[in-house]
Amino acid sequence: MKTIEKIIKTKTLYGIITILIIWHVFHITVESNVIPSPYETVRRFIVLFPNTLSMHLLASLGRIMLAIGISIILGVPLGLWIGMNKKADSIISPVIYILYPLPKIAFLPIFMILLGIGNTAKVTLIVTIIIFQILIGVRDGVKEIPRELYYSAVSLGVSGAGIYRHLIMPAVLPRLFSALRLSLGISISTLFFAENFATTYGIGYYIMNAWTMVDYLDMFAGILSLSLLGLLLLRSLDMAERKICPWMFLK
Amino acid sequence: MIQIKDLSYSYDSDIALRNINLHIEKNTTCAIIGPSGCGKTTLLYLLAGFIDYTEGEIYIKNEKVKGSRKETGIILQDYSLLPWKTVWHNVALGLKIRGISKDKIEKEVDDILHELDIHELKTKYPAQLSGGQKQRVTIARTLIIKPDLLLLDEFTSALDAMTKENIQNLILNIYSKKPVTIVFVTHSIEEAVFLGQKIVIMEKAKIKKIIDNPYFGDVEIRSKIDYYNICLEVRRWLREGKTYENN
Ligand SMILES: Nc1ncnc2c1ncn2[C@@H]1O[C@H](COP(=O)(O)OP(=O)(O)O)[C@@H](O)[C@H]1O
Ligand SMILES: [Mg+2]
Repeated sequence: MKTIEKIIKTKTLYGIITILIIWHVFHITVESNVIPSPYETVRRFIVLFPNTLSMHLLASLGRIMLAIGISIILGVPLGLWIGMNKKADSIISPVIYILYPLPKIAFLPIFMILLGIGNTAKVTLIVTIIIFQILIGVRDGVKEIPRELYYSAVSLGVSGAGIYRHLIMPAVLPRLFSALRLSLGISISTLFFAENFATTYGIGYYIMNAWTMVDYLDMFAGILSLSLLGLLLLRSLDMAERKICPWMFLK
Repeated sequence: MIQIKDLSYSYDSDIALRNINLHIEKNTTCAIIGPSGCGKTTLLYLLAGFIDYTEGEIYIKNEKVKGSRKETGIILQDYSLLPWKTVWHNVALGLKIRGISKDKIEKEVDDILHELDIHELKTKYPAQLSGGQKQRVTIARTLIIKPDLLLLDEFTSALDAMTKENIQNLILNIYSKKPVTIVFVTHSIEEAVFLGQKIVIMEKAKIKKIIDNPYFGDVEIRSKIDYYNICLEVRRWLREGKTYENN
């Protein structure tokens, strides 16, 4: 375990250093304040973080967590149901396939008219985008359970809630984690868009506001904080998966 | 122990079994052998109660089979250990489900792991085991619920020759220590003759011939000529179906 953690840490470090180098090269070659130097950005970030960036990040994080939470609560049971029930699958899946690729972002104005311009519309928008990842991932996870595995669990006396606990949930969890990883990335970019409307809090708002003010250093500090948030969330998800699904990480 | 009367079964339009009649005595072993697709697995699944029959009757211990039975243990070729549970937890599952106390589970699991010589594997996950080790764990997991009927579906077909014999010996050994009724599906003639007191030869959806095997139970049988005579007899019966098909 110790060595695995070390490798992850050095890999993250390696990633950060590579990006910093590329960034710096751009900064030097472009020679314009449009791309501030990494060093200046980090300094600005440190100054802005305690009172400004942290507030915006927290607002965004709240929206993301709420959207992901709602998507799990709605998407997991529905995914389990259509995964196990052929009839439900044949009725619901075609509908999902039509809705899934629609550019839901285009519906933001409609959500804002129907749900008000506050957080509800923003969170709803994210839910309508990521719920499909979760639903389809869970459904496929259930469908992939070999019939023999189901039979052998039944033959040991497993039934009812036990089937969920010992068979279905563990089979679905790795798929759920992959779906969450994708969802996280999508939620962050969707939120960035949604936060440009009718709010003064949120990291998306902060970045775009700095841009309109032509303050590129603030803008980059905002982008930096957003990417750090993403990194933190993805790493936490990885750690949770290692803890909850240890059988997926055998050497 | 088992009585099958006029049993037929079809998947949609495919007839998998037609008018099967079979009687298996308590604490005897019965091999089911036949070409692939002839309905062996279907028959075993019907006995296990995994699929419901509509035509005919199956009785186990004079009770009509309806759904899976608590005292029936089943061992399949592969995919039967839960990948997310360690060896220990896989073996403990049947007891846990039955609501047995923690101390008793610990003791019984440890005992059976020692008995099957897999105790050192107890913290491993199925993906970390060899084929033979997996089957030992599956056997342990099945025996721990003290079944009176064991159903095995091609339980050695994923194993190499040496491991195959080991596992076959293990089954015979378990049977000699404490007889239970065993019905096993195989496509190996040698396995059928080594482990089957009664050998049921099937061809497409039907039972073609039932052979009694007087040499059953002898661990050294593999080095005796009588064993090969019975193997030859089984082979002849299996062959006949082939020539019949070709005509
Ligand atoms: N789930 C299923 N759905 C439809 N047909 C099946 C199914 N399982 C088996 N069959 C068909 O039933 C017949 C018997 O299959 P099976 O019992 O698996 O044979 P065996 O175990 O002897 O190889 C085959 O023709 C097979 O194609
Ligand atoms: Mg089969």
